[in-house]
Amino acid sequence: MHILVPVKRVVDANVKVRVKRDGSGVETAGVKLSVNPFDEVALEQAIRLKAQGLASHVTAVTCGPAAAQDVLRTALAMGADDAVLVESAEVDDPGPLAIARWLRAIVAQENATLVLCGKQAIDDDLGATGPMLAALLDWPQAMSVNQLEVRPDNTLAVACDADGGTERLALPLPAVLGVDLRLCEPRHITLPALMRARKAAIRTVPATSLADAGTPPVRPRALLEPPPRPPGVRAENLPALIERLRALLALQAA
Amino acid sequence: MPPLANVLILAAHDGQTLDPATPAVVAAARRLAPAGAIHVLVAGLDCAAVAGAAAVMPGVAQVLLSDSATPNAETIARLLVAVGKDYRWIAAAHSLAARAALPRAAALLDAAWLGDVTAIDDGWLYRPVYAGAAIAELRPETAVTCLTVRATAFAELADATPALAAPTAPAPIITLPAAPADTRSTLLGRETAASHRPDLSHARIVVAGGRGVGSAEGMAQFGQLADHLGAALGASRAAVDAGFAPGTAQVGQTGKTVAPDIYFALGISGAIQHLAGIKDAKCIVAINKDPEAPIFQVADIGLVGDLFDALPALQAALRGTA
Repeated sequence: MHILVPVKRVVDANVKVRVKRDGSGVETAGVKLSVNPFDEVALEQAIRLKAQGLASHVTAVTCGPAAAQDVLRTALAMGADDAVLVESAEVDDPGPLAIARWLRAIVAQENATLVLCGKQAIDDDLGATGPMLAALLDWPQAMSVNQLEVRPDNTLAVACDADGGTERLALPLPAVLGVDLRLCEPRHITLPALMRARKAAIRTVPATSLADAGTPPVRPRALLEPPPRPPGVRAENLPALIERLRALLALQAA
Repeated sequence: MPPLANVLILAAHDGQTLDPATPAVVAAARRLAPAGAIHVLVAGLDCAAVAGAAAVMPGVAQVLLSDSATPNAETIARLLVAVGKDYRWIAAAHSLAARAALPRAAALLDAAWLGDVTAIDDGWLYRPVYAGAAIAELRPETAVTCLTVRATAFAELADATPALAAPTAPAPIITLPAAPADTRSTLLGRETAASHRPDLSHARIVVAGGRGVGSAEGMAQFGQLADHLGAALGASRAAVDAGFAPGTAQVGQTGKTVAPDIYFALGISGAIQHLAGIKDAKCIVAINKDPEAPIFQVADIGLVGDLFDALPALQAALRGTA
């Protein structure tokens, strides 16, 4: 089983995101960019499957400009066997469908039989890559996966968050899984591993050689600041809190 | 672009009843296509009752019923591809099922995909990004667009829609030929988090616990407060990860979005990922022993103090509805 893990480079989860004054995007100058945390979980799961002898090879892939290589170095330091950069222009966001088309080509090139990706990216919160890639490949999919087991017959048994509960599904390979943060805890990267990853070779494939990105399906106009919440009050003590709560209409229902 | 800007709504249901958020999705659909027709697609096994409920909903012009024993994302996507080309918009409430099926269909339809749309104004759509730290204003330029809408953001619009003066005949229900089911993934089982409490997404009061509740037993004590107030019980990711509460209780960027009149954030520090899920709460009440906790920056009423000191006093002082 060859596992492909698409990773996205995003503003680090611990950074307080600021919208640029001109509304053209968020401030990224001098801001730490990291592997999307959901993709980091997917990487960890893939590497564990390899360590258990259930996977033969783990390839990490990212789409973006040359600078996006740093998330591939992180993937290699975690334990991915190799890494592919699908190099695209810096400027416009190509949109998730273009990325899914590029990834479909990479899946074919690599003969991957399982795609493990994050169920969403923490920047656009779209959750599009998994289902779109599964659609283009015509593979079955499972999203919000929080448990994964490879069964002796080489099928997958997964538990997924579902509306109002949990669903347990069985899927044959090949398949696409979008993973939740609860699936597993990503490992800490050691310094020697990081040093080795810095020297590792990364294969670069021009995006234009894989598939036409097409025209972006969505025209962005602006990125806006959310309306500020009016400042609240601090209750001095518990009786003061209760007095304020009693004044709230919603708590006066009989 | 199709000549008629019609909307197809993928209905959320449990096999027997239509999701109570559906009128809000219809209200959003009306905003998308003021002059277009609104159709509802009901897919599932023996869903005639759901289709009947959709047919009498004001504003719905037609109901499409598809009998499917395996309404998984793969099958729903095939169904949407079969019927979707006739529509400018394919919409659904922002459920996990829709978030799995609609982007899959969008890829096959060459359609744009937008999740969690919170406002629609004169052709421009608005959706939160970066866990709600920013709002994207955009316009899809494809022939077909798939989207989910945040139902609570359109609830007031739905309420404001005047009821029809005289009851009109129900919309026609058209049974579709069976779409080829994709049975490669099979359901092994389903654990529904059966709860006697109101549903988190629609509750008027939510009592939510974080890491500060300390244990599953601690969370259970706050569950008693929730029962006393007739409230839903929520949790932060930290509390879910620690095993204090089930995943279905999680509120935030990766969990549920709530919009209650009152949100009690108890022992919740207020990470941005959690705040993403509670921005629509009308009043946020926070109790935390850390005066620097970020939750106090968004709380309407805050108290620095011990949760378990506050609990009996809250329960005694606030009038129960249960």
